[in-house]
This record gives sequence, structure tokens and C-alpha cells, in this order.
Amino acid sequence: MSGRWLAGKVAAALVTLAFVLVFNFFLFRVMGDPTTQLARLPQSTPEEIEKLRADYGLDKSVVGQFADYVGDTLRLDLGISQRTRERVWDEIATAMPWTLLLVGTGTLLATLIGSWLGVIAATRRGQKADDGLLGFSLFTYAAPEYWIGIILILVFAVWIPVLPAGQQVTPGVEFSSFFAEALDVAEHLILPATAMTLMLLGQYFLIMRSSMVDVLTEDFITVKRAIGLPWDRVVRSHAVPNALLPLVTLSAIQFGGVVAGAITIETIFSWPGLGELTFTAINDKDFPVLQGTFLIFSVGVIVANLLADCLYFALDPRVQSK
Amino acid sequence: MSGSAITVSAVDATGEAGERSVRELMLGTWRGRFGVGVLGLFCFLAVFGSLVAPDDPFASSLDVMAPPSAEHLLGTTEQGSDVFSQLLVGARVSIVVGFAAALISALLGSAVGLASGYFGGWTDRILDALENWFLVIPTLPLMIVLARLLDPSLTVLIVVIGLTSWAGTGRIVRAQVLTLRERAFVERARALGASDTYIIRTHILPNTAPLIFANTVLIVAVAILSEAALSFLGLGDPTRISWGTMLENAFESGAPSAEAWWYVIPPGLCITMLVLAVALIGFLFEEHINPRLRDQR
Repeated sequence: MSGRWLAGKVAAALVTLAFVLVFNFFLFRVMGDPTTQLARLPQSTPEEIEKLRADYGLDKSVVGQFADYVGDTLRLDLGISQRTRERVWDEIATAMPWTLLLVGTGTLLATLIGSWLGVIAATRRGQKADDGLLGFSLFTYAAPEYWIGIILILVFAVWIPVLPAGQQVTPGVEFSSFFAEALDVAEHLILPATAMTLMLLGQYFLIMRSSMVDVLTEDFITVKRAIGLPWDRVVRSHAVPNALLPLVTLSAIQFGGVVAGAITIETIFSWPGLGELTFTAINDKDFPVLQGTFLIFSVGVIVANLLADCLYFALDPRVQSK
Repeated sequence: MSGSAITVSAVDATGEAGERSVRELMLGTWRGRFGVGVLGLFCFLAVFGSLVAPDDPFASSLDVMAPPSAEHLLGTTEQGSDVFSQLLVGARVSIVVGFAAALISALLGSAVGLASGYFGGWTDRILDALENWFLVIPTLPLMIVLARLLDPSLTVLIVVIGLTSWAGTGRIVRAQVLTLRERAFVERARALGASDTYIIRTHILPNTAPLIFANTVLIVAVAILSEAALSFLGLGDPTRISWGTMLENAFESGAPSAEAWWYVIPPGLCITMLVLAVALIGFLFEEHINPRLRDQR
């Protein structure tokens, strides 16, 4: 019956996606009717507004408009940015790799460091190191990630000017090779990726810690110790692999938070990804872009959730046998 | 604070001791003392902040981006306003939005969770799908879109945050109601001919309230962070000072590169302290209801 479980997950993802389309359509057509914005232009005559309505397809019925919208979206036609007059999809496609680079680096580091710290805390439960790490994770939960980002800029770009405070490459520089450019990008990535990592770290730490605490009390661990295996090896080869599973589920829950972090952290560091695109669209009231990034963020989270489900499915034999 | 009445009844409903236990819970550990102390301080400032503030927080002067001095304890902003006064006044927006949005979220979440858990069938299926959708959709972009379409104000912030953060509560309430519905005392009431409203009011709700309450405290923390993020992104109420808008102004005016740490650090620190305080109180209530969580520590 394992195929059915997976098919169910895919179906649920598709339903959620359909919901997003309906929601996005109604939100922007009904609440943000483009004609109300067009009518604000002082020089527009009623005839011109009518013509624009026809151009936008607003003279059709709601169902007709929705069909148009779904068709356009599937063809990746997300409209035209009111600010730059570029196609929204082109702007998104340019920004996406930068967001993936930042989010990917942050998530990878947070998972590695978070689970490593989780193991340390769980094996020293109730000791000073454990208390300190718990306090630290609470702090990173409560502290706004963009504030951490600003402090990172203040410390590492202003007080001790060793790292660039923003953007993705040094502007106006001709790079001699791809390697030189990659190095420059890496240097620009350090601070935003650190902010991202600090934001996500706490959750991974807490999950890994409690998962390890659970596993360490199980009988097979006692047996391994009883047969004389060194404690280090019990932890490394037996406890840790068993405790890793909940991290996969957590990554899925985290994606929403990752998106939020991308928006605020990219804004702080002028990182040219989807988050900064969203931020400029907020300021300019650029609704087509806002609608486009909301759609992409939603699709990203839904797809990432589905991937996490698949990974979980592949890793946990108990789900497969059900 | 009006919260205390809810607190007492919430703990009563768990069947354990009454008010004394709440006091012990909150004042018996350093976590509780920190939480209550900091939250109390900021609630005081939310009410009296503008009276206590040494300066008019909106007053601009030529003394721009000045470091801390005897006259300005935490220096001045890019407009020459007193940072310390803005900080004291800013508590109000965080507290009001945090609690009001969490209240909306609690009401929505409990209503949806109760309905879908108690009535089951198609009601459950539809509400559950709705809940799932809100759980999956990234919240901040959703809030941004709604807030931008509605033109920012304090009410818009409260409604937008409340409307987007109830799904988790709904899920928890639904699960609790599902187990309660099958319990003997509910079945007995139903067999005796009690109406749905009566059963929900006298049996289901009192046994779900502690859970809703603990969860709502944690939502307050999330709502405070959401308000700060939205305000930071320029979607705050333009007529009010909040810690989020202070950070926005500081960042936009280049305070980090001007080394104006007195402008950059305090607002974020206040957000962090308040969220930490609320979250610690929330965790204590959660542990109180579910002692298994405490054993994990």
C-alpha cells in the first residue's frame, strides 16, 4: 500500500496548489481591482479605462477571467511589473538562484551545526553546556533575524570592516576568472548566510536534542553499553543515526520560516533574491510582482514539503510497510 | 490585567490546584519570574509609556543621530528625536497587536477546531482542508499581501496577523475534541438528551480551555514578532511608533554604517526580551498541562 500513501501526499499538494491559485486570483482581482488603480490616473478618460479593462480582460466574466489567469500562470505569464515594465516571471527567474543560494547555505549550515549542538547538549543533559545551549536557542527563537543581521553588519562591516555589508558581488569589478567571481560572491554570502543560519539553528538544535534524549533512554543503547562499547561509539554509530529522522520532518515545517527569513534578511543585505524583490514591490505597491512572489513562495513551500515527505518515506521503513 | 481570570479557570479545569498553583508556577522558577517581570514591565509601559517618557517621541531636533548623553539616554534618531522615549512609547503597539491578534487567532482556531472535531463528517473535511492550507502557506508573504492591499493601520495589522495564525490552534483543539467526544461523560450527557451547545459549553470547552490558553500565549509571541517584521518592512501603522518601525527607520537612514548602535540595538533587544518573556510563560503553561514535556528537560 506504499504507493497510495505517496499518491495521497501528491494529491494533497495539488489541492493546496489549486487553492493558492484561487486565493491569489480573488485576492488581487476582487480586493485589488486594477481598474481602481487605473482610475487614479488623473488624465484617464472613461473610454481609456474601458479600453484598459478590455486589455486586462476585466470585461469578461469572473469565471472567464479565472480561466485566463490559470492559463497565463501555467504558461508562466505572471503579468508585467508596474515599476520596471519587465515581465514578472523574468524578474522572478533572475532573483530565484540568489534566494536558493542563500536559503540553501543557511539551511545546510543550520542542520549540520544545529544537530551537532543537539547531540552535545543531549549527552550532557542538565549540565552547564546543555543549559547554555538551551538559553542560546531560546534567544535565537526570540530575536528577529533582521535585527541579528543589522548587528552583524554593525560589527563585521562597520566596526571591524572585514566583510561587505551588502549586495552579492563587488560592483564595477571585472573578474579575471569564474573562480575569482565565485570567491567574491562567497565573501558577500558570509553575513547573510550567518543571519539565516542563526535564525534556523535553534529549531534544529531543539529537535535533535529531544530526539537524542529519547533515543539514549532506549534499551538497545543500554545493551550496547553493557556489551562494553565505548560511549563515543554508542553515540556516534547507534544513537545519532536513529535520532536523525525527526530532523527531516522539521525541515518541512521550517520552510515557511525560511521564506520569511529570505524576505527580511535579503532586504537587510540588499541580496538580489525573491525577498528583496518582494520588499521593493511592497514599497512601490507593485501588485503584479507581489502576486508573483507570493505564488512562487507558496509553490516553493508546497514542493519542499512534498520532497520532505518523500525523503521521510524513503528513510522510515515503518511508513512504507503500512 | 484581564488575563488573570482566564489563567485561574484554565488551571482549575486541569483538575489540579487553583490560584496558588499558578503563582507557584510563575514565581517558583527563574523562567517564570523573568517572564512575569519583563511582561509586567512592558505592559506597564504600554499603558503609561507616553507619560513616563522624558521627551516627546515625535519631536525632531537638529541634534541628529547623536550618541547617548545625559540629555538623551539612548541618543537620538535621524530626525533628532529621543530614542529612549520612542522605545518606551513603542511598547504599546507590540503589546496591543500581540494580545489582540492572539485573541482573534484563539477565537477563530477554537471555533474551527471545535466545529470540525465535534461535528465530524463534511464539516470536518472542509475545515480541515482550510486548516491545512493555512498551515502550509508561508505566513509572512500572506500577511504582506493582505496588509499591502488594505493600507496599513493598527487594526489592519491585528486582523491580518490574527487571520493568518489560527491554524495551529485549530489543529490542537480538534485533536483534543476528538478524544473528548468519545469519553463516557460526554456520551452520558448525549444519552440523557443534552443539546450540542450544552455539551460543548459544559463538557468540551472547559476541558479544552487550558490547551487553548497555553497555545494562545505562544501565539502572542509569534504575533509580536509578526508585527515587528511587518512594521520593519514598511507595513506598520505610519502614525504610531513601534519597535519594528524604529528598526525600519534606523536601517533606512543608514544607522548601521553611521555606527549608531544606540539606535539599532535597543529596539531589537526590546522585541527579543518581550518575546522571550511571553514564550517562557507559554512554555510553563504547556509543561503544566502536559508534564511529559517537563521530563524531557
